[in-house]
Amino acid sequence: MSEKVKLATVWLDGCSGCHMSFLDMDERLLELAEKADLVYSPLVDPKTFPEMVDVVLIEGAVSSEEDYEKIKKVRAHSKVLVSLGDCAVTANVPGMRNPFKVQDVYNRAYIENADYNQHIPVQVIPPLRKTSVPVHNVVKVDVFVPGCPPSADLIFYVLSELVDGRIPNVSGMTRFGA
Amino acid sequence: MKRQANVRIKTLKIDGIDVGAREGETILELARENGIHIPTLCHLDGVSDWGGCRLCLIEIKGSNRLVPACMAQAEEGMEVFTKTPRLVTYRKMILDLLLSERNHVCAVCVSNGHCDLQSMAQELGNTHVGLPYLNPSLPVDATHPYFIMDHNRCILCQRCVRVCREIEGAQTKGAMGRGIEVRIIHDLNEPWGQSLTCTSCGKCVQVCPTGALLQRGKAVGEMVKRRDFLPYLQMMRED
Repeated sequence: MSEKVKLATVWLDGCSGCHMSFLDMDERLLELAEKADLVYSPLVDPKTFPEMVDVVLIEGAVSSEEDYEKIKKVRAHSKVLVSLGDCAVTANVPGMRNPFKVQDVYNRAYIENADYNQHIPVQVIPPLRKTSVPVHNVVKVDVFVPGCPPSADLIFYVLSELVDGRIPNVSGMTRFGA
Repeated sequence: MKRQANVRIKTLKIDGIDVGAREGETILELARENGIHIPTLCHLDGVSDWGGCRLCLIEIKGSNRLVPACMAQAEEGMEVFTKTPRLVTYRKMILDLLLSERNHVCAVCVSNGHCDLQSMAQELGNTHVGLPYLNPSLPVDATHPYFIMDHNRCILCQRCVRVCREIEGAQTKGAMGRGIEVRIIHDLNEPWGQSLTCTSCGKCVQVCPTGALLQRGKAVGEMVKRRDFLPYLQMMRED
């Protein structure tokens, strides 16, 4: 039997709903596990991105400097990159801050709406970029899967095609906000 | 529309299918009568057409110009094409322009699942927006006691303007500015709630294709529009 497909998932600026939808594939995860290994993901242990993966699912928009560095690196080490869900595809809710200045966003989050210890963090929390943008504004994206979140059925279809070496076409099967 | 006696029938082809048109009939009307689907956003049965959204663009043999089907009158011997690769490309591009021009966030919109723009993107297979988002800073007018206007979701189809003028006869709504600066306004650009001409009939809200016009108190996905009243109202008025 040929080697298993190396699958990874990455969590940028999103609510983790797309990863929850991924888990909602339930017993079908076992079916996928026969053909693919989940080598990097918030759902598994490894902390460093592998040298090369076959398929990577990206959840979330590119919002912070950390997201930006991460997606550049992930792209360089992945064969097929999938924008999974509206945040990755459109910037969606993370992008709703875009009409505002970053400083105003910080002030609203950490000063105006904070009851205690009002200050803008300078450590640990990665600095925001000027705008939150879709993944394809930063790196080349091979497959777009809109939806908020895309259904488990759709993710299963997309992955089933990808692990068999086909590029899925989801146009008409889902929509922005679905 | 009342049928005239003594109509002259014009014969033409749409996508290779022979069709017969009445005097003054548009290509869009004719196509729909014959079960040929042409995508539209600004068109609304019951009010006049104005060729604003450009989604219904068609090609006519012998002409290099693309024309909106809602404004093109059927002529004898015409050969019309509605689905050429060029048209499909332009339609997808128009949707990209609409989606990137203002702040459309389907996931948190009152009209999620009931939006013409959203379902058109699905129908035409726009799985992402190829243009950078403009992220404009736009106001929300919540001064009216029953309704809200959210400019972030407006695609300037002007259905609201036409229904207000042609059906309600109030002429409260209008369009101000040029190009990307166009805004839907009330009276002389006053807050909606202070309009002296608005009758609060709500027709504009019901015909709005997106979540730009909504009823107060609606949450995500709850704003279901009712459009069926319009052709009915027109029919009753004519009889």
